[in-house]
Amino acid sequence: MNRPAILELRGVDVAHGRTPVLHGVSLTVGRGEIVTLIGANGAGKSTLLMAIFGLPSVSRGEVWFDGQPITRLPTHRVARLGLAQVPEGRRIFPGMTVLENLVMGSMVGEKDEAALARIHALFPLLRERGGQRAGTLSGGEQQMLAIGRALMSRPRLLLLDEPSLGLAPLMIRRIFQALREIVAEGTTLFLVEQNANQALRLADRGYVLANGRIVLEGSGLALLADPEVRRAYLGGH
Amino acid sequence: MTERSVSGGQSVGAVLRESLITGVVALLLFAPLTGVSLSGYTLEGHWQRPVWLAGWVVLGRFAFGWLRARGHLVGRLSGRPKAGSALLASWIEAHRTFLLLALCVVALILPWFIGKYWLNVAILAWIYVLLALGLNIVVGLAGLLDLGFVAFYAVGAYGYALGFKYLDLSFWAALPFGALLAACFGVMLGFPVLRMHGDYLAIVTLGFGEIIRLVLNNWMDFTGGPNGVRVPFPSFFGIEFGRKAQPGHVTVHEYFQVPFSNEYRDIFLYLLLMIVVGGLVFVIRRLRRMPLGRNWEALREDEIACRSLGIQPVTVKLSAFGLGAMTGGVGGVFFAASQGFVNPTSFTFMESAHILAIVILGGMGSTAGVIAAAVILTVLPEALRDFAEYRGLLFGCAMVLMMVWRPRGLMGARRARFDRSGVA
Repeated sequence: MNRPAILELRGVDVAHGRTPVLHGVSLTVGRGEIVTLIGANGAGKSTLLMAIFGLPSVSRGEVWFDGQPITRLPTHRVARLGLAQVPEGRRIFPGMTVLENLVMGSMVGEKDEAALARIHALFPLLRERGGQRAGTLSGGEQQMLAIGRALMSRPRLLLLDEPSLGLAPLMIRRIFQALREIVAEGTTLFLVEQNANQALRLADRGYVLANGRIVLEGSGLALLADPEVRRAYLGGH
Repeated sequence: MTERSVSGGQSVGAVLRESLITGVVALLLFAPLTGVSLSGYTLEGHWQRPVWLAGWVVLGRFAFGWLRARGHLVGRLSGRPKAGSALLASWIEAHRTFLLLALCVVALILPWFIGKYWLNVAILAWIYVLLALGLNIVVGLAGLLDLGFVAFYAVGAYGYALGFKYLDLSFWAALPFGALLAACFGVMLGFPVLRMHGDYLAIVTLGFGEIIRLVLNNWMDFTGGPNGVRVPFPSFFGIEFGRKAQPGHVTVHEYFQVPFSNEYRDIFLYLLLMIVVGGLVFVIRRLRRMPLGRNWEALREDEIACRSLGIQPVTVKLSAFGLGAMTGGVGGVFFAASQGFVNPTSFTFMESAHILAIVILGGMGSTAGVIAAAVILTVLPEALRDFAEYRGLLFGCAMVLMMVWRPRGLMGARRARFDRSGVA
C-alpha cells in the first residue's frame, strides 16, 4: 500500500444514461501491483473499467493516472497515456489478420518490432497464426490476441476485463500464467474478474464490488479466506 | 452443387462422355424448340439450328469439366482441392503483371479506334470507375454507408460549371478547385454524422444528396436551376480542341498539323481519366498499407476497440469522407467537361444507387473488383440498348443472383497484408 499509486479513483459516480451504476467508488492501484476487482454480474465491474477510459464518462469524482487527472479526457487521449485495456468480449478485429490486429495496438500505427517480438515470445501462437484472420481463432486464442494487442502500446498499466470469460480451464490457466509473466516484466495489472478464485490467487490486493459500491478490500489471500467472499463468490460453504 | 463432388477427379474420357450425354440431352431439348418453325400454315424444319446449339453446349460442358478436372489435379499437388474458378484465379495471380500490362495497352489503344459513340461510353465508364473508387473508400474501407454520394459528384461538376461562369476557371484550375470543394462538403457532411452508424447514417446521407440536388435545381439566380449551366471544353495545356481557335490561341489540329476531328478532345479526356484513375489506384494501395488505411478498416470492424487503442475516430472518419468526396468531385469535373453542360437531372438518387451497386457488385473494399464492376455496369447497358426495356429487370436479376452466389462481390475483398511471411 505504500507504493506510489499509478491509478486512483476518488469517489467516482458513473451512470448509464439516467441509471446510476457506480456510487462513490474509490480505489488505488500501486505501481507494479496486481489488483483485482471481483463482483457478481451487474455489479458494475465492466462499467468501472470503461469509465476509466471515459466511456461512459464519470459524472462525479476523479480518476487519476500516474499523478495526472484523466477524468474528462476523451478515450483516445487516455489510451495514449500508457494505459491499455483488454475489453470485455475481447473485441478483436475479426476481418483483419492476427498480425494486423497486433499492429493496430501500437498506438500511432507504426510497427513496433521490439514490442511485437516480446508479445510473440509471450504467445508463440500469435506468431504462427500471424497471417490468419483473427475471427477464425478460438476463444482462448482471441483472448491471447486481445492481450497481445493491448500490450503493443507498451502500457504501464494494463486493464483486463474478464480474460477468463468463456474459456476452458486449461486455457484460463495459460492466460493467467501469461499475466504473471507480464507483471514480472514490470507492467501493473488491474484485473476485473468473475472467476474470483483464480483472480484472488494471482492478485496482491483485491476489491469486492456489489451494487456499484466497494464493500470489501484486502490482500488477495485475505479475501480468499474471507467467509463472506467464499460464500458469495467462490461457491464455498 | 452436388455435381461437383461427383465429377471431382474425372479423367478426360469421363469428361468427354459426360459432355456427349449433355449434348444428346441438349439436342433432344432444342430440336422441338428451335428445329421447327411455323411459316404460314406449314412447318419448316431448321435442323442445323439445334445441332449448332447442342454443339456449343457440348463444347461448353467439355471446357467446364476439363477445367475442373485439371483444377482437381493441381489441387492434389498443392494439397488442397480447387474448383475451376479457383484455378482461374490462381492463373490470374501468377500472370498478374503481364495481364495488367496487357490491359493497360488495350485501354491505351482502344480510344483511337472505337468511334465517337463508344468513346463517350468509355469516358463515362472511367468516370464511374473514379466515382466507385471514391465511394469504395467510404463504404468499402471505412464501412460508412453513404447513399448520397452523388452530392459530391454534383459539387464537382457544378464546381467546374459555376467556377467557369463566375470566376472564369479553366478546366485545369477547376480540377483541384472541384476536388477541394467536394472534400469540404464531405467533411461538412461528416461532422454531423460522426455519431451515426448503419441505417441512420444511410438516411442522413440520402437526405444530404437530395438537398444538394434540390438546391441546385431551385437556386435559379446562381445555378440556373433546371436550365443547367454550359461548361467549356478542356484545353490541351492551353491549346484548344475546337475547329477554330479563339483569338490569341491555337487549336490542336493546327498545332500538330493533322486534320480536324472532334474526337481528339474525347480521346484526350479518356487518356487523362486513365492517368487520374491510375494515380488514385496507387494512392489507395499505399493508403491501405499505411496507418490511416488500417484505421479505416479497424473502425469498420469495431469502433469501441479502436477508441480504447488510442485511435481518434473523428479524424479517421472525416478523412474517409473527405477523400471519398474529393474523388467524387474529380469525377464530377470530368463529367461536366465531357458533357459540356450540367443540370440537376444528372444527379438524382438513382445515380447514388448505381454507384453503390458498382461498389457492392465489385466487392466492398476490392479495388480491382470495383473497377471491373464499374466498366461492366456502364458498358453492358449500352451494349444491351436493344433490350432497353428489360434493362432494369436484367440489372435487378443480376444483383439478386450476385448476392446469392457471390455475396462478397465479383472479386471479394482481397485485403492488403502486411507480412506474407507470417502466413501459416
